[in-house]
Amino acid sequence: MEHLELFFKSIFIDNMVFATFLGMCSYLAVSKKVSTAVGLGAAVIFVLAITVPLNWLLDQYILQPGALSWLGEDYVSYDLSFLSFIMFIATIATMVQLVEIIVEKFSPSLYNSLGIFLPLIAVNCAILGGSLFMQSREIETLGLALNYGIGSGIGWFLAILAIAAIREKIRYSNVPPALRGLGITFIITGLMAIGFMSFGGMLTGGDEEAKPENTSAAIETIKEDIEKVEEKLISNIEQKQDTNE
Amino acid sequence: MGKDSRLILDPLADNNPITIQVLGICSALAITAELEASIVMSISVLFVLGVGNVVISLMRNIIPSKIRIIVQLIVVATLVIIVDLVLKAFAYELSKTLSVFVGLIITNCIIMGRFEAFALGNGPWRSFLDGIGNALGYGVILIIVGFFRELLGSGTLLGIQVLGDPIEKTGLYALGYENNGFMLLSPMALIVVGIIIWVQRSRNKALIED
Repeated sequence: MEHLELFFKSIFIDNMVFATFLGMCSYLAVSKKVSTAVGLGAAVIFVLAITVPLNWLLDQYILQPGALSWLGEDYVSYDLSFLSFIMFIATIATMVQLVEIIVEKFSPSLYNSLGIFLPLIAVNCAILGGSLFMQSREIETLGLALNYGIGSGIGWFLAILAIAAIREKIRYSNVPPALRGLGITFIITGLMAIGFMSFGGMLTGGDEEAKPENTSAAIETIKEDIEKVEEKLISNIEQKQDTNE
Repeated sequence: MGKDSRLILDPLADNNPITIQVLGICSALAITAELEASIVMSISVLFVLGVGNVVISLMRNIIPSKIRIIVQLIVVATLVIIVDLVLKAFAYELSKTLSVFVGLIITNCIIMGRFEAFALGNGPWRSFLDGIGNALGYGVILIIVGFFRELLGSGTLLGIQVLGDPIEKTGLYALGYENNGFMLLSPMALIVVGIIIWVQRSRNKALIED
């Protein structure tokens, strides 16, 4: 359940492009044709699925305050978290390079479709952003980190696929000249982001959070009513006692 | 001198990194809901790009071209760590607002783009000017977006209420004006940038794409 929740959350609610604007540069630059967009999107999923768990391990066993405790008592007080930027980006750059070499060796056909995008990816903010968000949201297990990596990758893939399809169609529309190209793409992305905001209530259960307040407030008012009724009854009884006397 | 001043002036308008070159949008938009955060972000990028360009330019003859991307990333990452630690020390609240976006300066395409396109082929002084110019061009857009989003979204500028008090109904609010909370949501950053591009290209027809 936890996995499913994180998976949907990273695809729709915290969508890399629409909620946090990560990877916008390549999103805008490589979304002119659907086929290239698919290639880049697949490469992003691939690289995120590798780098996020890897950086999770780095964060957990080297960088976090107290993470070095497996080395012995002396290292418990070490806090290397200030090194995380440089460690993460170094991991990403090396992994991208490594993946490129491995894919080229073992699957030339995949290399032909993904290969040209891999160098682009080393400096794609979505990849580093995935690792940094993984760190700042304190994801607990390796499995969840892998899940988060794949989920955000798919979210990014969906976004670039959608905008590429729209841009292919919009070529036949009558857009004001000054808005053509970049301008209209920005505005469409903004509108899509507004659409994606409606996923916000999908999992968080906005109602559940609101309910306790409502019920407690309702209980309060009921209590007040009961007190008023009691006061009335008591005063009535007192009046009756008075008249009886 | 004329050539050098062009290095600073060009990126401000006609060759703006955000609206024309489409670089560095990644970390720019999410933090522009407040003017203050936009200004701090611009200053951080100014520092990283100015110093980074000089460092890369000084090392340009000893970097092997095969591993230049990793070398560039290490230089940027080091500078960003400095910025991050300074922010945490002197403006802790603000560094919380900026959260991971300070770290994302590393992958800001403007920085890598300027390293590749300029610093690797030019001397330190010209690279420095180029870095400052591009960072200013980036900052100008960030500050314009931050200005409009904060003004229209919460009626304040740098946290000061400039349109009157919305609760006590003074100033503009007395006339029935309401804050547009929608401006504070992230999608509006994209739409504001879209409108800036629209205005800029309507004024300068040469920039229109086909």
